[in-house]
Amino acid sequence: MATVGQACLILALLTCVYGIVASLYGARAGRRDWVDSGRRAVYALAFLAIVSFAILVSAFLRSDFHYEVVATHSSTTTPAFYRAAAAWSSQEGSLLLWVLLLSLWSSVVLFLVRRHLRDVAPYATAVLLGFGAFFTGLLVFAATPFKTMAVAPPEGTGLDPLLRHPSMMIHPPMLYSGYTLWAIPFAFAVGALIVRRVDADWIRATRRFALAAWCFLGIGILLGARWSYAELGWGGYWAWDPVENASLLPWLTGTAFIHSVMVQEKRGMLKVWNVSLVLATGTLAVLGTFLVRSGILDSIHAFGASTLGAPFVILIGLMIAGGIYLVVSRRALLASEHKLDSLLSREAAFLGNNLVLVGLAFVVFWGTFFPLISEAVTGTKAAVGPPWFNRYTVPLALVLVLLSGIGPVIAWRRATWANARRNLLAPTAAALAVLAALLAFGVTKSATSLAMFVFAAFTVAVVVQEFARGVAARRAMAREGPLRALVSLVQRNRRRYGGYTVHLGMAVLFVGVAASTAFQHARDVRLTPGTTATVGGYQVKYVRATARPVYRGERLERVALGAVLDVRKDGRHVTTLRTERGYYPSAAPFASGSLIRGIFDGDATSEVGMKAGLTRDLWTAIQPDPEYLNKVIDATAAKTAGKPPAQQAQAVGRLLSVYRQGAFPAQFRIISSPLVSWIWLGGIIVFAGGLIALWPAPDAARRRVTAGYAARVARELGRA
Amino acid sequence: MDFLAPVIVIVVLGVVVWLVSGPLRAGATVVEDADAARREDLEAAKEAKYREIRDAELDFRTGKLSEADWRALDRELRAEAMELLRRLDALG
Repeated sequence: MATVGQACLILALLTCVYGIVASLYGARAGRRDWVDSGRRAVYALAFLAIVSFAILVSAFLRSDFHYEVVATHSSTTTPAFYRAAAAWSSQEGSLLLWVLLLSLWSSVVLFLVRRHLRDVAPYATAVLLGFGAFFTGLLVFAATPFKTMAVAPPEGTGLDPLLRHPSMMIHPPMLYSGYTLWAIPFAFAVGALIVRRVDADWIRATRRFALAAWCFLGIGILLGARWSYAELGWGGYWAWDPVENASLLPWLTGTAFIHSVMVQEKRGMLKVWNVSLVLATGTLAVLGTFLVRSGILDSIHAFGASTLGAPFVILIGLMIAGGIYLVVSRRALLASEHKLDSLLSREAAFLGNNLVLVGLAFVVFWGTFFPLISEAVTGTKAAVGPPWFNRYTVPLALVLVLLSGIGPVIAWRRATWANARRNLLAPTAAALAVLAALLAFGVTKSATSLAMFVFAAFTVAVVVQEFARGVAARRAMAREGPLRALVSLVQRNRRRYGGYTVHLGMAVLFVGVAASTAFQHARDVRLTPGTTATVGGYQVKYVRATARPVYRGERLERVALGAVLDVRKDGRHVTTLRTERGYYPSAAPFASGSLIRGIFDGDATSEVGMKAGLTRDLWTAIQPDPEYLNKVIDATAAKTAGKPPAQQAQAVGRLLSVYRQGAFPAQFRIISSPLVSWIWLGGIIVFAGGLIALWPAPDAARRRVTAGYAARVARELGRA
Repeated sequence: MDFLAPVIVIVVLGVVVWLVSGPLRAGATVVEDADAARREDLEAAKEAKYREIRDAELDFRTGKLSEADWRALDRELRAEAMELLRRLDALG
């Protein structure tokens, strides 16, 4: 089947090239048949990508080690769920996933706009197929997932143990969905600029895709943070790692875009800004994809050095140069239709929010690429760390949260001071009440965190007020009960109330970030069974050591050395934490002649012990003291080297028994961190808000409303 | 299995060619219907204008706009909506 997979990729590349030519010819000659044929090339690309991907996933599920990519990224001891997802843990598989998602989203958007935007759509089709051709070209010529070996090895290397986490399996498809969805507004913006049709039609046609891109990318980023927190063993969720930052960049500019396009839709303003933002976001999405696989910046998330850097640099260069040319050459058409009426208007608030978001993106970009910049200037690769990022991002984030509260209560065009005062009064009072309560409880350790809590309270109060007023207005108009009125209100104004829900979620999320950053207690301690450490007022006692082999079928998946910890506060039992360090044998554990070496010289990961709660997380990870452990391993390895496998396995069993019963010291990282759960809760609220905003209005409801308004417009038309 | 691979590839190729060539096989040259395209776009613009009218009303009812401002804005938006209806009617 590898031949079929490879043939599908070649066919996909040819289909992309054909589709580009057909779309451009159709657009130039005004031939609908060729344009339709070009659009169908996108459907065909989706079909071919599905077939190729199905073949690859099937090879992983069958553990067919004839496929080189399966042999190097899976094993028979990899659980079935992770085997299916291991397909995109490789460079080749992830590129194929990119093509699959791009082709699926492109097919959906082109199907939906098949009867309108007929001048723009063919060029957008060509751009989308251009991306398709680039990535299938990489798959055909540089990184094919269908490379096979004449003789399959008996066992695969296995999926990196760090990736054996549920959120890490969903994280890449979410992230790639975000990246590929951003290609859609990018492509339609390019099409609109080419045909010089720069009104808001292309924005309306792709608005839901931009929102979906923003939503998926956000979920992907959050799942990555969750994985980092629960799996990586350092206790944090965000390390300003280059690859994390690379995914944050298009999310930041994309957030700016989905706000500023509303200004263009309503007022015909900010056209240059909007096309520039979406072109930048599309380019940053490809840059994010590139960074993961270039090896130019060190990251735990990267695939390592590869030969794909040059093609990506060419593509990104083309996107930047082409984008600048289109914007500059169409600058006269992109002039604003209106001017800003007042600084007290929603347009002005959106402009402020855009400047902050782009400022944040610039800071993140500068910090991420600083190692390359410093190397180019000084010859030395110097990196900036979290303190540098925090210095600039924290003040900007504070302003952002405050603006996310102010924006919803300010009217478009020209708000009056009287209305603004009335709308801001209750939220300001709520924020001041929160400030007074926090000061009364002595929460004064961090001024920036205090400011974040107050601003977040202000935003939450604004959102609650907006929902309450909306429900009251709905009840007055339709005489509905409160719950029915709430549902009707949201159903009829999904974009507005979805957006408010997103603001609420972001406020909750930022409270979690501020609290867990400023009020965290963390200690690295060395304990032996029976000893206790105190962290943030909690007494953590190392009760006993654990040691066990974990089998998958009849094969040893890992050896786990761990600890049971008893956590108390003021003498009262709070929880029991269990943490382990898992040692995964290499693909050929007897290769060195010693099974014990094959086990402990392989990959190792931490299984975090955690008690998560709404107010506080208690978190710990163990690292058995290497000095003591290595002595026992060396002694056992020396005694059993060259012995039959059964005797070596018995020796491993004895070592585990010794570890359980002995008083081996171990290093523990113990963290007591408040409100971490608010980050995940805020993320869920943001996601729910995003879903509300992008969900299409029910047809029947829309028709009814349209008919009502049409009748009113017709009456006024008759009077005029 | 080896003999199956070329057969599957030929079938896949057939599906792709059939799918992509559909519009070209449909018959005579289809010239772009500019009016139909314009109608679709105007319909979309009309829907967006109605949304704006609804938004403005909600802004008024939730206290963000004074009644005088809302009435002025509403008049302006309705005039724009009427212009869109006129252009739609003109297309026939």
